Amino acid sequence: MDFNLTEDRQMLADTLNRYLADQYPVEHRNTVAYAEPFHDPAKWDQLAELGALFALAPENAGGFGGTGFDISVVFEAMGRQINPEPVLGALMASRLLAAAGADQEALVSGAAKYAVAFAELDAAYELDQIACAATANGDGYTLSGRKSTVYGGQVADIFLVAANLNGKLSVFQVQAADANVTGYAMMDGAGAAELLLDDTPASLLIENATAAMEDAINAGIVALCSEAVGAMDVTHAITVDYLKQRKQFGIPIGKFQVLQHRAVDMLTEIEQARSITIKAAAELGDDDASRFASMAKNLVGRAARLIAEEAIQMHGGIAMTWEYPVSHYGKRLVMLDAQLGDTDYHLSRVMAGNMAA
Amino acid sequence: MDLSYSAEDVAFRDEVRAFLAENLPSHISDAVRAGGELTKPIMEEWHSLLNGNGWLATTWPTKFGGTGWSPVQRHIFEEECCRAYAPRIVPFGLSMLGPVLQEFGSKEQQDHYLPRILDGTDWWCQGYSEPGAGSDLASLKTRAVRDGDEWVINGQKTWTTLGQHADWIFCLCRTDPDAKQQSGISFILVDMNTPGIEVRPIKLIEGGHEVNEVFFTDVRVPYGNLVGEENKGWTIAKFLLTHERTGIAGVGFSMQSLEEVKALARKTLRGGKPLIQDPLFASRIAQVEIDLEAMKITNLRMLFKAQQQGAPGPETSILKIKGTVIHQELKDLARRALGPAAAPFPGYVTDGNLMFGPPDTAHNAARYFNNRKTSIFGGSNEIQRNILTKTMLEL
Repeated sequence: MDFNLTEDRQMLADTLNRYLADQYPVEHRNTVAYAEPFHDPAKWDQLAELGALFALAPENAGGFGGTGFDISVVFEAMGRQINPEPVLGALMASRLLAAAGADQEALVSGAAKYAVAFAELDAAYELDQIACAATANGDGYTLSGRKSTVYGGQVADIFLVAANLNGKLSVFQVQAADANVTGYAMMDGAGAAELLLDDTPASLLIENATAAMEDAINAGIVALCSEAVGAMDVTHAITVDYLKQRKQFGIPIGKFQVLQHRAVDMLTEIEQARSITIKAAAELGDDDASRFASMAKNLVGRAARLIAEEAIQMHGGIAMTWEYPVSHYGKRLVMLDAQLGDTDYHLSRVMAGNMAA
Repeated sequence: MDLSYSAEDVAFRDEVRAFLAENLPSHISDAVRAGGELTKPIMEEWHSLLNGNGWLATTWPTKFGGTGWSPVQRHIFEEECCRAYAPRIVPFGLSMLGPVLQEFGSKEQQDHYLPRILDGTDWWCQGYSEPGAGSDLASLKTRAVRDGDEWVINGQKTWTTLGQHADWIFCLCRTDPDAKQQSGISFILVDMNTPGIEVRPIKLIEGGHEVNEVFFTDVRVPYGNLVGEENKGWTIAKFLLTHERTGIAGVGFSMQSLEEVKALARKTLRGGKPLIQDPLFASRIAQVEIDLEAMKITNLRMLFKAQQQGAPGPETSILKIKGTVIHQELKDLARRALGPAAAPFPGYVTDGNLMFGPPDTAHNAARYFNNRKTSIFGGSNEIQRNILTKTMLEL
């Protein structure tokens, strides 16, 4: 049993934390996250040079990481600065490319940006509700349907799209240039896209892809939970600091027990969120990965909303302003619940496991 | 990061598991499963069995006859005991007074009292709380006045757990009424057979008898029963608060309770279907199961830190707060799973054919009400929040 990071991972964490704090502070983040292309292309290249993407792929796929704990290190650092770069798409695409045995050089070097297009308007999370259809067409395939809120899709070079081929859920590669892509900013910063497919040419990456897709989702959940832990740590620290600085009725408001105990409850939930994220990271790739990923996403979803709402409430009006960082941390913490399955969706998955047992 | 036990720890776990399978008598595990109060003979029998194997004093170093186990080994032992439905070790002599004597007691006190704790000669209870001193323990008023070679003690202790069985009580007494609150307190050992002591039972919310009031009227004990220095008893009280808190989350007990709730929900029919198929109830189970899964890791993280740093930190208060809330939620679900059949008062229905649900899950209303205590005792959850406010948030 050892809860310390290995030396290599600690070095990567230190490097990323230092780089993001110096080069990608929240003020800069707020500028780029809401202006096209809703990220900073120059800094994407720098992040790739620092190894942020190499850490997401295993050695046999050209990276130097790829375990749950490697993913956690990268995304916790991203979360501490609520960084808007489309790294989640790279991670999930890397899992799918690895499952297909495909080359990842362009991905891990950052040369090509990938977006993973599973979700649809009426299939936000459930893979068995995906309607997008694939048709064999000569040597290749064509896809038709609408993929919705494709995170990172506004700048993707390549989409990995889930569609049904002869009744089997499969994953296809679609070049952005071949598709109808409408990009936009998200409420919590960064971008996404609607992807309209109308007999759009595609190449088959994985046939019968449900297991590979679930692995990609599980990895994405570890990433989102780690991101949330990083963002919650910072949000809580800012809030506790504010309780010490802000005076009302002649004393720091942190002297009021009603706020003290609520700040402690935030701490308790953050530690629980960190714990379940560690568990999900440890189980990634193993038989029970989906069950623990669901547990993590449910608990982190609850904790993140609590931290966001309590941080805003305990700050008072200042955290309602665009200028104050807590408003942006709060938005990210609430909205990441809607990525890869929300609190209720994952609770129902844990329930289904219990009912079946 | 590595969440698995070392090869040595796995071997130790297997050894504990095999020992329990072979040596834990079924009449004892059945009594634990039934969930009511354990009798004194059952607790003594279990202590004696463990002591025979050298496994009773899990928090003591080997030189005092303890196991010398690491925090992780203690955790494994407690977890396995819960899995096997072994009784909890009564903590007052073993986890509380023992370490105090080892840290603060004289050689004579150690030589006299420690072996008697191990072999079961002395059953200890704790004299801390008073009617006017609960969370504000330092305001205690029980007075000890020196008279030659003796202390004369007058006052009242309360919430004295299992005091009805006890041979001895360790007391915090006020010995200097003029000093500041914390600095006028001493730690004194009192023979329960001393004239002037009266034990009165307190009937608890569910009707059970676990705790007592203890009255002291001109109780005379030797001056040498003082542990540590006169007026330094608060140091000992604080030592006890931070000592041996690795089991404080009660993860093993919550895992027991979760299995019980699931078993009940599979057995109980609502609308003609097992209750576990009911989405509302199933969601409550899943929610607390997720919290418990996280608590297991939080517990291990703090154990790991305690093992690395030599002592648990103040953040163990998180274990107390969240651990008790999870356990209480599970007790609530067990009660609700049985519906009205959880309500019959314990003791009336003894015919196995008439039992409400399987015998090991009966009386869940009683257990629910009894377990409201866990967020109150051992420093209420509000006191734990105060501790975290000061130590972790520095507010």
